[in-house]
Amino acid sequence: MTVIVTDSGFAADDWNGGFCTLDSLPANDCAGVDLPSDAEPEDLRARLDGLSLIRVDFPSFADGRGFSIAAELRRMGYKGRLRAKGHVISDQYAMARRVGFDEVEIDDALAARQPEAEWLFRANWTKHDYQARLRG
Amino acid sequence: MYQYNDFDAAFVAERNAQFRAQVERRISGALTEDEFKPLRLMNGLYLQLHAYMLRVAIPYGTLNGAQMRQLAMIAETFDKGYGHFTTRQNIQYNWPKLKDVPDILDRLAEVEMHALQTSGNTIRNVTADHFAGAAADEVEDPRPTAELLRQWSTDHPEFQFLPRKFKLAVTGSAADRAVIRAHDIGIQIVEKDGEIGYKIIVGGGLGRTPMIGKTLAEFLPKADLLPFVEATVNVWNRLGRRDNKYKSRIKITVHEHGIDDIRARVLTRFEQIKPTFKGVDRDLFAQIQQNFDAPAYRNAPVDAHTAMRLANPAYASWSDTNITAHKNDSYAIVSISLKKHGATPGDASADQMRVMAELAETYGHDELRISHEQNVILPHVHQSDLPAIYAALREADLATANIGLISDIIACPGMDYCALATARSIPVAQEIAERFDELKLEHEIGALKIKISGCINACGHHHVGHIGILGLDRAGVENYQITLGGDGSEDAAIGERAGPGFSAEALVPAIERIIETYLDVRSEKAETFLQTYRRVGMGPFKAALYPDSKASAA
Ligand code: SF4
Repeated sequence: MTVIVTDSGFAADDWNGGFCTLDSLPANDCAGVDLPSDAEPEDLRARLDGLSLIRVDFPSFADGRGFSIAAELRRMGYKGRLRAKGHVISDQYAMARRVGFDEVEIDDALAARQPEAEWLFRANWTKHDYQARLRG
Repeated sequence: MYQYNDFDAAFVAERNAQFRAQVERRISGALTEDEFKPLRLMNGLYLQLHAYMLRVAIPYGTLNGAQMRQLAMIAETFDKGYGHFTTRQNIQYNWPKLKDVPDILDRLAEVEMHALQTSGNTIRNVTADHFAGAAADEVEDPRPTAELLRQWSTDHPEFQFLPRKFKLAVTGSAADRAVIRAHDIGIQIVEKDGEIGYKIIVGGGLGRTPMIGKTLAEFLPKADLLPFVEATVNVWNRLGRRDNKYKSRIKITVHEHGIDDIRARVLTRFEQIKPTFKGVDRDLFAQIQQNFDAPAYRNAPVDAHTAMRLANPAYASWSDTNITAHKNDSYAIVSISLKKHGATPGDASADQMRVMAELAETYGHDELRISHEQNVILPHVHQSDLPAIYAALREADLATANIGLISDIIACPGMDYCALATARSIPVAQEIAERFDELKLEHEIGALKIKISGCINACGHHHVGHIGILGLDRAGVENYQITLGGDGSEDAAIGERAGPGFSAEALVPAIERIIETYLDVRSEKAETFLQTYRRVGMGPFKAALYPDSKASAA
């Protein structure tokens, strides 16, 4: 099982739309897609309108590619749900939110090691944000 | 100087509070060292050979007297009474206790300093020309640009988990004192048809695969700086290799894909990012710039300096080497050497820090700089005050007249402190400095940069030393490789390996043979070591270094 983390804390996954891979996307009518951390967001540009949830994989917390992928998807105008999934640690929650993720999906083991309070600690991610100041 | 606004102060306070909680969790055992590691690295705290090491940022090398005094206080209260200034304009404390670190960070915050992003795979402390704001050859003071980049890179959400560390350096002069061609991104402020903009260099770096940076943009309008740099880091974050840490720096990405491919990608990304900056960054830049207005220069005669030069040969010698022309004719830039013969390059005691703080407050418009060459600078000194400064420096053992000379050596911490070292570097620097002091040849030899690294990571910049020394481990024995002809200036070049390495005992004699050869073959005294090397090549030096293999080499 997995836990979905948002600004209000832990919750169960409410997404019922399933996920396609990038390759299987053209053949199917998917509303959700899984992106690996080496994906090229450009490949999705033509399909963004049909998607309701994009889930970006974090194979390791040290692999920060997902942060750039999220930023690019938002710059391309994607307005749907954006989820970071995998090895994301609570100290990265503010970064994930700031680049445009709505939520983080972690497994039960990680949720046990990093309980809800540690994630809520960074729910104030809109505060103290240099980027918000520089971009206006 | 830049002064924190409420936002900056609140930001640092918040980060310090977070880290205090993390340290408490580590001490109580709630966090393992593995889990604590990325958190401490985000706050400049390393675990070294013998103890924790705290690396404090001195953004673009600029600080005032009060800040220097606070660094002295921290050295005395929480460390062994000294600090070590590094080649990236940071100060390192080698012996702090973990439980004290949150207090140290709070003390730093009191004087608007921090240890953020001095480690980890993120954008590091932005460095700049140490003569910024004072140099006679400057197009524009690089520090407002560096401060803008500091704010932009601080806690940048996209760039806290990059493939590797990422270093930026800025210079406002054509004469490159900030080694911008050996940085991930080097920025030079340039003027074209009356407009000021930036030349952007990418993919320089030292380490095990040294590379000189390549030009990414010949002239970038000032307003495009942040989106352009962000596009560059974004491209590398996605493209840079994460399978092999020795291939992860942007220099390898540029090398593997080619500069034209990288430029095309950056430009595409730049077009997407630019609209996200709505001009507020330009207003902020204008505000930052006001913090760096030139000091109110004093108008007074400079006879005291001229008279003292005639009266006191030691003073004349010191002023020959340690003083640089200022953009104001009555002023001088004073370099204080932290390279006394036989001392640890870059170390300063708490007492010495206080002396330097006081000199800055009394005579230097309250400004100090740390150079990447690990010396301290008083950037704005009226020439009539030079004799008094010299006297005070002598008293504090800080008047060594060797800036730019053979004993003004850059050396990384090496085996004495660093967990990665394969050889000692500080003792080597000490031996070389003492030997040439003994020979009384230093001033005869003239301009010469020796740089020493204790392992292949090249923190001592040996690749760009006129003479570079790299300490390796050969089956448990230290072995030192020598490179010649390296250069970190605007004519940047990577040094060429002379041949097989030398044992610790044979190293100083080998350096002596190089110097003898130089003195022998130079065309005139004014021809520097580097110029001679460029004219005659490796041949004569090789012959002197390896006399026995002459026949086979011929
Ligand atoms: S060059 Fe090597 S020994 Fe020297 S400081 Fe860097 S990592 Fe340590």
